[in-house]
Amino acid sequence: MSIRSEIITQFNQVAKEQDKRLATLADDLELLDSGLDSLCVAIIVSRLEDVLGIEPFSTAEDTAFPVTVGEFIKFYENAAK
Amino acid sequence: MPQSDRASLWNAVSARGNLSGRTLSGAGASITLGDLVRGSCLGGRAGELRGRSVLLSIRDQFAAALALIELDGVARRLVLCPSDLPVEHLPLVIDSAGVDAIVSDQTQTGPDVPNVGCSLPCSPELVPARDDRSAEHQTEWILLTSGTTGQPKLVVHTLATLAGAIDSGSTESSQAVWSTFYDIRRYGGLQIFLRAVLTGASMVLSAAEESTTDFLIRAGAHQVTHISGTPSHWRRALMNPSAHRIAPQNVRLSGEIADQTILSHLRSFYPQARIVHAFASTEAGVAFEVTDGLAGFPASVIEANAQVEMKVEDGSLRIRSTRIARRYLGRQAEPLSGADGFVDTGDMLVLRGDRYYFVGRRDGVINVGGLKVHPEEVEAIINRHPLVRMSLVRTRKNPITGALVVADVVLKTAAATGNGDAAKLEQEILQFCRGPLPRHKVPAAIRFVSDLPVATTGKMVRQPCVTSS
Repeated sequence: MSIRSEIITQFNQVAKEQDKRLATLADDLELLDSGLDSLCVAIIVSRLEDVLGIEPFSTAEDTAFPVTVGEFIKFYENAAK
Repeated sequence: MPQSDRASLWNAVSARGNLSGRTLSGAGASITLGDLVRGSCLGGRAGELRGRSVLLSIRDQFAAALALIELDGVARRLVLCPSDLPVEHLPLVIDSAGVDAIVSDQTQTGPDVPNVGCSLPCSPELVPARDDRSAEHQTEWILLTSGTTGQPKLVVHTLATLAGAIDSGSTESSQAVWSTFYDIRRYGGLQIFLRAVLTGASMVLSAAEESTTDFLIRAGAHQVTHISGTPSHWRRALMNPSAHRIAPQNVRLSGEIADQTILSHLRSFYPQARIVHAFASTEAGVAFEVTDGLAGFPASVIEANAQVEMKVEDGSLRIRSTRIARRYLGRQAEPLSGADGFVDTGDMLVLRGDRYYFVGRRDGVINVGGLKVHPEEVEAIINRHPLVRMSLVRTRKNPITGALVVADVVLKTAAATGNGDAAKLEQEILQFCRGPLPRHKVPAAIRFVSDLPVATTGKMVRQPCVTSS
């Protein structure tokens, strides 16, 4: 599975588990407007580390933290390179 | 400023000559420090609380700030309840602190709040104060922290211990506009509040009901120069489009381990700012700050601090200074410091090269975005599931909330996880936890294991810090 599709899978899965209404995901959607709160994002980051083996928030020192869904995906894609 | 001006917070603010343009701002109201010293948020009735042990059960941080300034030096004791204190803990707090008056901004205290005889309303709308404001008491400030049993511990400070690290003579600081993501009823937030008040500077308070976006916009509009929060507060702020709204000169991190990544991100996001991470705890007070922009701290800091004595014993940081809390309060309160006067912070250190690095807490309390979780309470729920034999709940490091809760589970029969049923059973156990537990206590993941290590004491082996790597 590609990084993008894995991330989208986790967004949907965690939203369902946490009983959150997920907005229609688009690259320019701000994470704040996605319907997920910080605990949801924390769980997604944790699950992605298990699946993808990367946790860019603690390693990517030269890329800005992601604000939108597209940046979030790019953040992981860059870290995987 | 002479020490006598610190007889009370109100004295300290009043003694400041030029307060023009200095304001205290909340989410819904704002006041100049000049008006503040002339007004009363208690309907001019603060005198009724003279000498009493007063519980401040105030939802609004702005009103709480006004009450602290009005009552320090007047009340014998001020008990600072954070707005998220569970009501079931109130009777213990009231009993332990000998509370005989309650100040609240709620119109109805509700059946959960015991009647202690005297109760005063508190409002952000000030009325002229006519009563005597002289400081008669060295008021005890009672801060609440979560103890190992989940019940709050009551920690006794005074203005002197709380303000020990604050240099009110500094000219740089009175020009500052302070702010913090913390609630000012928590030690980290209270430090910033006292810094602002004692130096006669402006401050922007956060509010529980306000989003990070709105708070950042408001802080930006007030041109905040100094702002503090935990590393998790800051990671969330940097993921917020409104992070650009503030341009602080001084960014401070405390309350959690500051890793190199968040320090570097803050450095590049706020290039004009001095990035400082500090070590402080409710019990041990403010110990030191690190200004070189690197994670951990130079080993020389342990020896080189004139005001604060430090040592590392059994792997944890110990602190002795005039800033440590006086004692714990309560019927069965344990000593706060050892026989040698040092407070064991419970924060574990490792030495790598010539720097010390924090690795976690000894007692295993998990801090999920500022909310504490005791592993045992989560294990107790998981263990109620009919297929579970035993479980071990541990912390997993997380960049968004600082930590998450995860669980290792031993099943009664291994067969239940065969044939790809593990994922299904994991979901079933998590669903089982969601009923009785609040969201932050429900494990983010479950790992099925064949056994869990048990020590010779008969207790499960709990690692002081288990990170994801």
